[in-house]
This record gives sequence, C-alpha cells and structure tokens, in this order.
Amino acid sequence: MTDPSPLWEVFVRARRGLSHTHVGSLHAPDAELALRNARDLYTRRQEGVSIWVVPASAITASSPDEKDAFFDPAADKVYRHPTFYEVPDGVAHL
Amino acid sequence: MYGNDFGAPEEASGGGLLGEVEAAEAALREAAARQRRRVPASDDDLAGFFAEIVEADQKIEPRDWMPEAYRKTLIRQIAQHAHSEIIGMQPEGNWISRAPSLKRKAILLAKVQDEAGHGLYLYAAAETLGISRDELVDLLLNGRQKYSSIFNYPTLTWADVGAIGWLVDGAAIVNQVPLCRCSYGPYARAMIRICKEESFHQRQGYEILHTLAHGTPAQKAMAQDALDRWWYPSLAMFGPPDGESTHSTQSMAWKIKRFSNDELRQRFVDMCVQQAEILGLTIPDPDLRWNDERQAYDFTQPDYDELMRVIKGDGPCNRQRMAHRRQAHADGAWVREAAAAYAAKRAVEKKEKVAA
Repeated sequence: MTDPSPLWEVFVRARRGLSHTHVGSLHAPDAELALRNARDLYTRRQEGVSIWVVPASAITASSPDEKDAFFDPAADKVYRHPTFYEVPDGVAHL
Repeated sequence: MYGNDFGAPEEASGGGLLGEVEAAEAALREAAARQRRRVPASDDDLAGFFAEIVEADQKIEPRDWMPEAYRKTLIRQIAQHAHSEIIGMQPEGNWISRAPSLKRKAILLAKVQDEAGHGLYLYAAAETLGISRDELVDLLLNGRQKYSSIFNYPTLTWADVGAIGWLVDGAAIVNQVPLCRCSYGPYARAMIRICKEESFHQRQGYEILHTLAHGTPAQKAMAQDALDRWWYPSLAMFGPPDGESTHSTQSMAWKIKRFSNDELRQRFVDMCVQQAEILGLTIPDPDLRWNDERQAYDFTQPDYDELMRVIKGDGPCNRQRMAHRRQAHADGAWVREAAAAYAAKRAVEKKEKVAA
C-alpha cells in the first residue's frame, strides 16, 4: 500500500527575480494539499511569491560516497575559468 | 544584549537576538565556502571525514556517514524539541478564547500557530535522520520521548501568557541561538528559521507584562504573581547542573551543543535582571546580586529535585497535557483519513479523464 501522506520537498521563491530555494519538507496526501500546507507552514510572513512542491520520492540525489568520482572530471579543467588566462597589460574591455 | 532592545526597537535588527542568528547564518555560509585543511586518507576513513567536517565547523548532511550514537542523540534531541513545540501550544492555547482584546487574541493565535510550525520544521529535520513521522508521534504519545518540563505548569492568569513569552521563550532563545551553529545541517537551518520567528514571541510577552505592570495595582500584582511562579521553572529549563548532565560532554564534542547548561542559565539570569527592573517587577530571589569578581549575577538555583519529579511525570499538568495531545491526535484521525481518501478519489478521476 502506498503511504497515505507522503513526504514533499518545498521550494520557495522569495521575490520575483530570485530562484526557488529549498526551505524544508512536509507531509501531504496529494500535490494540491502539499501546496496549501506549504503556504501555511513556510510562508506565514510573506516569505514568498511562488512555491514548488516536489514528491521527495521523485528526487534522485547523487551519492555523497561517490562525490569525488562524480565531480572529479571537472576538477582538472581550470581553463574553464577566465582567471586561467593572462591578460596582457593595457588591454581593456576583455 | 536584547535586554536593552525594548526601548529602542529601531536598533533591534543590528544587534541582539536577530544579530546573533544572522551571524550564525553568515558563519554557516562562510564555513560552507571554506576549504578544509586536509583530505582524509582514503574513502574508507568515514570517521575521519566526519571528524574533519565537524572540526571545520561545516555541516553534516542527511546522506553523510555519521556515528550511530550521533544519529541517535540528534533524533532524541530534535524529537524532544519538536514535541515541546507541539505540547507548548496547550498552556497558551488555554487563553486564546479569553484574551483581553481582539488585538491580543489575534497576536496569541499567530504565536500558537508559529509553535505548531516550529514543531513541523523540527519533525521534518528529525525525519532526515531515518525515523518516520508516525514513529515520532507514537514515541510522544506512549511517553517514551519527553518534552520540555516547563509545559507541565498551568497558566492560571492572563499574565502567565506574558510570563511565558518573556521568560519561557526568552530561556528557549538563549538555548536555541547556539543551536543555529549545530553541526547537523537540517537542524541548524531549522533553528535559524525558528529563531528569526521567536523574537516576536519574546517581545509580545514582555509587552503584555509591561502593560500589566504599569496598570492598576491589581494588574501589577497579577504580573508579579506570574513572575513569582514562572521564574524558577524557567531557570530549570536549562536542565540539571553541569556535573549531573548526562548527555553534555559528548554533545559538546560533536558540536550539537555549544555551551553548558550552567553557562546558558547564567546568561539568561544576567539578561533578565535589567529587563525585570524596567518592568518594575521583583525577581523572587533574595540572594540575587551582582558579583563584581565574576562580572555576573549570583542567584539561587532552581529546585532540581522538583525538575526531576516533573520530568518523571509528576508535575502539576503532565497527565492533562498528554491526555489532551492523545485526544487531539485521535480526534484528528478522520481529517487525515478524509484527506487521503479525497486524494485517492481525485487520482482515480484524473486517470479516468485521461483514458476517456
């Protein structure tokens, strides 16, 4: 049998122009109630202009055990950062 | 510092409680960005990695390896904290229908709603450690986990609502501000959120007492009576003295706890003295006096035998609080069932619509 009140992750956009940020989680039987519960729980003081709720079970997370192997491929590519390149003196607007 | 902030609210955001909370939040971000000194020898050195994170004041996150005792300690502490928020709605809820004005009633309703919200943030933080909400609720209802002993005292007058805000929330804040720096990420973040909301609670309580203490002689007497009854139970909220505290040493090493019970109790007393003076009320302790050598107030310790009796279930209201919570949980069962049934019905309807 499925959980009658599964866990939902809540994301709130504080102001227009900012991204939604994870604020916490809650239990609710469906998405619509999760949204209403999130409004009551996480935006009592007008903390947001928009809310996302996502079933916690729908989130696939990378594993902290494999963190190094997972992110390592990016570690040796310093040339992706502009600071890698030396700018000759006197060159403006670069 | 926030002993002074009643008279000068415009300065409040710079220092005081909110300043400390903001500093904790900034430290959290700063530590997160900081490089750690060394990388543990191998992927197998899980304990070394854990120690390294704690040492660097960074945060342990739900999927990280952690010692089993750390997980257990956190579940116990966060759950007790959550239960306290939920049970804590009762003594104040007692006065919602009898608040002296519509304004006071609206404020008290919002405050009690905040306590429910704090309980839910904390339950969600505890659940990240691998325990379910249903298990947590059961542990409270069957008495295997505790809540703060303070909520086993009755609220006999309206002034008690003021005393709870000023003293009980004040003591809770002194306890909780350091928890914003706790080593477990979800708990620290929940505490930052909670502490930001708590400052209104303490102020509304102080304002209630300030109004009563500057009212008629009968109102002032009511305020003094509330202080007389809530002072020592509030001091007991910090737990047994350091020598007798069972969980302290390990929790300090893990950076779950940052200051000892006695240090926090002293800090609370030092803050309250001047606040009581401004109220024009007398703290019920004939031995309370400034100690120039220690740069702190000497004070009479609360009755720890009484604290132990209340924790063991023999306080004035333990049975009433638990009976009420069990009843409320049972009375709410149909709401939870109806919500689940409605969600199931809607899911079926949606599927039929798609098929048609």
